[in-house]
Amino acid sequence: MSVEKTYAEINAKIKAGKAIVVTAEELIALVEEKGLSQATQEVDVVTTGTFAPMCSSGAFLSFGHTTPRMKMQKVWLNGVSAYTGIAAVDAYIGATEMPDDDPLNSNYPGEFRYGGGHVIHDLVARKPVKLKALAYGTDCYPRRNLETTITLDDINEAILFNPRNAYQNYNCAVNLTDRTIYTYMGMIKPQLGNANFSTAGQLSPLLKDPHFKTIGVGTKIFLGGGVGYVAWNGTQHFPSMINEEGQELGSAGGTLAVTGNLKQMSPRWLVGTSYLGYGATLSVGIGIPIPILNEEIARYAAKKDEELFAPIVDYGAAYPSFTPGNLGYVSYAELKSGKIKVNGKEVITAPLSSMPRAREIAATLKSWIQKGDFLLTEPVKALPSPADGFIAHSIKEA
Amino acid sequence: MSPKRIVLRFGTDISVKPIVYRLVKDYDLVVNIVKADVNPQKEGTMILEVTGEQSEKGLSYLRDLGVSVQALNQEIVRNEEKCVMCGACTGLCPTGALYMERPSMEVLFDGDQCVFCQLCIKVCPMKAMEVRL
Repeated sequence: MSVEKTYAEINAKIKAGKAIVVTAEELIALVEEKGLSQATQEVDVVTTGTFAPMCSSGAFLSFGHTTPRMKMQKVWLNGVSAYTGIAAVDAYIGATEMPDDDPLNSNYPGEFRYGGGHVIHDLVARKPVKLKALAYGTDCYPRRNLETTITLDDINEAILFNPRNAYQNYNCAVNLTDRTIYTYMGMIKPQLGNANFSTAGQLSPLLKDPHFKTIGVGTKIFLGGGVGYVAWNGTQHFPSMINEEGQELGSAGGTLAVTGNLKQMSPRWLVGTSYLGYGATLSVGIGIPIPILNEEIARYAAKKDEELFAPIVDYGAAYPSFTPGNLGYVSYAELKSGKIKVNGKEVITAPLSSMPRAREIAATLKSWIQKGDFLLTEPVKALPSPADGFIAHSIKEA
Repeated sequence: MSPKRIVLRFGTDISVKPIVYRLVKDYDLVVNIVKADVNPQKEGTMILEVTGEQSEKGLSYLRDLGVSVQALNQEIVRNEEKCVMCGACTGLCPTGALYMERPSMEVLFDGDQCVFCQLCIKVCPMKAMEVRL
């Protein structure tokens, strides 16, 4: 008789302090030792984790009103523009925004030392941040100028809302051209000089629930060191495909839109990040619990690096020109070994996603659940899965 | 006369040339090779202590060949608070001074292997690598 558990049963065990919680890596070891059926019976929750640069991140800030009142039309935080076309004193600071006077790539490759992601990091580190605002003035909101200093504790609300995080999978980037390139996948030397990848592999949340059987709208998660929720599917959510041999391939796969109260997050898990010659962004820590409701869910959650694959893509020519196809697939076990073979040549690999930090997130989430202060939420709506066949479209030009 | 400590960096074309021999033979310099490395891409780095009256001429000879010559009076340090151990530096560090411990995937820094090329300072996404004078 196969095991079937419910969220209510697992939560009852968590409240009683009796739930068996393991990290995704611990589950792999357990399945190897005792087999899938036994592991499914024993384990209630598996925790995952990832810590990596995640573009499409940002925060809604509601500053509170000034005296006299002001309908802010342009806003800058430490010189970085925030979008305030939403309300009088609300703004959205995006992770990749740069100061108006930044040299960007005019002195190639640009350094991008301080951008929106760094502003979010400074806010959550409780550092004072300069707020500058301009307005055109109205009868009800007469004020036209503001220059002051704020802290995260001063403002009314700060809501991290990241429209696309936790990519299920990602390309392994190489460069077939004759010149060094500077990309969001880091610096890549010519003629297959090195290869970069950016997924936590066997600890990565969406690789462990590829069909979105448990992760959905409303799922409670570890976000930026605090508690957050899955708000929706992320933008560019194209869940991975499966090849004839049953291998989970896919280029990038599904994504998540996530949200949470920035005030209870930590600067250790929201870090401003700079890519030479590319831009600034935010590194985000995310951990997602997967309830082991049945053997199928356990089977996916126990997938190991040897069974998870990334496509190898040439960022020198194929990627920028939007040429489809790739140079083959490589397992995360090979990527993490430090060397892969591409076109017959041995290439050095390096991650952009921190495995020690991913492991720390999975362990932290595990301890929260074991202590009984973090219960699991059943999704209020399922996210599109590979079976829904979402296909990406490119911009059509006349 | 106290020796000059210098860092040399050179490409594939220089790796095959007997540049140290020329410094000794043609410029009468006493050369101590502190550190030398040629990576799999055949890019070389070398730290030398050089003594001799014609040391400036010897260094000019190297520069004319296209060798980058820099005085060595600084060190590279890792800011442990800022480093998140992503590993982005480990695929680029020419001597393996920044490397990954496996299977933990922790990033380690062996200052003895560092040849001060400062590439890590440019590419570290967290700006965790710093020059200390």
